[in-house]
Amino acid sequence: MAGFKDATAVVGIGQTDFAKRLPESEKALACRAVLAALDDAGIAPGEVDALASYTMEETDEVEVAKALGLGDLTFFSKVGYGGGGSCATVAHLAAAVATGQATVGVAWRSRKRGSGPRPWKNTAVQLPTPAQWTRPFGLLRPVDEIGMLARRYMHQYGASRDHLFNVALACRNRANQNPAAIMYERPLTRDMYMSSRWISEPLCLFDNCLETDGALACVVVSRERARDCRQRPVYVHAAAQGLPAQHHGMVNYWNDDPLTGPAWTAARHLWKHADLAPDDVDVAQIYDAFTPLILLSLEGYGFCGRGEGGAFTEGGALETGGRLPVNTGGGGLSEAYVHGFNLINEGVKQLRGTSTAQVPGASTCLVTAGEGVPTSALLLRN
Amino acid sequence: MSPETLPALLSPVPDEDGAPFWEYAARGELRVQACSDCGEPRFPPRPCCPHCRSFAGQWRRMSGKGRIWSYVVPHPPLLPAYAAHAPYNVILVELAEAPRIRLVGNLVAGPGAPLDSVPPERVRIGARVEAVFGGDGLPRWVLERS
Ligand SMILES: [Zn+2]
Repeated sequence: MAGFKDATAVVGIGQTDFAKRLPESEKALACRAVLAALDDAGIAPGEVDALASYTMEETDEVEVAKALGLGDLTFFSKVGYGGGGSCATVAHLAAAVATGQATVGVAWRSRKRGSGPRPWKNTAVQLPTPAQWTRPFGLLRPVDEIGMLARRYMHQYGASRDHLFNVALACRNRANQNPAAIMYERPLTRDMYMSSRWISEPLCLFDNCLETDGALACVVVSRERARDCRQRPVYVHAAAQGLPAQHHGMVNYWNDDPLTGPAWTAARHLWKHADLAPDDVDVAQIYDAFTPLILLSLEGYGFCGRGEGGAFTEGGALETGGRLPVNTGGGGLSEAYVHGFNLINEGVKQLRGTSTAQVPGASTCLVTAGEGVPTSALLLRN
Repeated sequence: MSPETLPALLSPVPDEDGAPFWEYAARGELRVQACSDCGEPRFPPRPCCPHCRSFAGQWRRMSGKGRIWSYVVPHPPLLPAYAAHAPYNVILVELAEAPRIRLVGNLVAGPGAPLDSVPPERVRIGARVEAVFGGDGLPRWVLERS
């Protein structure tokens, strides 16, 4: 893996507007995000020879390539398990570029989840394996599956709703600084959180990510090529995917300890191949489809010990100026939920020094994909 | 709404590996797949034993006793059949004979009782429960009488 470390860089990022409802199709939004990222990098579409996205992405490579007039592609890849795939898209491109399979890679995600259908309502798709074991009993939505883990976590380790609120608040506070965020002008208070409606007890409305329409993309090139691009390169220092032994799907209730998920597997690989340790991380973008995922990920990636994720959030630790500022664009909870791709671009902004909630002097950023599902992570540095 | 007009809950859509579980359940038996060679139980069902790689399996009858490992109480938006019962409980039961096997289910007042027949405040982690089978062939759970 010596050939991977810092061998590639993210040199362009792009995004569309984020909203509950956008008029354009997912395909059009995808194209706009990819073009914006290439323009940011100063690279012509005809130079792109690699694409990566998620298996849940509805717009195929061929559609993006022909709509935008991309060149001959020599590498393309799609990663499974929904939000677990975000960081892996960049990791696949970095590996392809580092090994000479391609020279200019673009990763993207386009999604109309704000105005489109909810995947969990499609019972024809959702009900066969593995959902035969869960859906008939009314464990219908991702929030129900994560709520089950959250209840156990709170019981076992004494974590409280105040800890979950700390997560929601940190994300909302950062969104309040980010004009592109859906929750830009909408502050959150503890009273609003505690009195909001339940979605799946113990999780309330504000423990859930936003339903969003929007698209994002980023451009990956070699370290050498990055020197000629418009922006300061943000190096892919390390990357990992994680699918633990005997894992299941959305969550795994069938092992010794369901509270240690794919984040632990990804983290072991990530730190093993990095020159950095958790203490060296200046800012983190942690996948937040639901607030408890941040507590579990803080433990999984080694920022605190087992069961200490709740306590870690106390005293403003996740806020700007805290021990580990997280989700500085607002995250999935308060900026936009586009399967975590906004976390990647926000990580790049932090290392460029252009975040709307800039952590002074940030030079290392951890970005993670969904915990619970087979996941992925990136360690970025400048 | 009268019971006749309530929309139906989802039925399991079994795959080849899972079908025996549901067939036994329809007869009122809680059985779990186990390896015929090394004896390890496994869940969800699958063709091969992850411990010894044997393809020989059997369906072992369980006592039907277990403990609540965790639970949630879903509120709308939900599919209509479930919204009609919301808030209801969904529990995760650790089987007494095989603690790593945890079955998703519902804590109900008795066989055939609806999903919301036990008030959420009566559900707690660690409570001892026992499997019951109503008319729909799905295993559900009642609090064990001590
Ligand atoms: Zn075996």
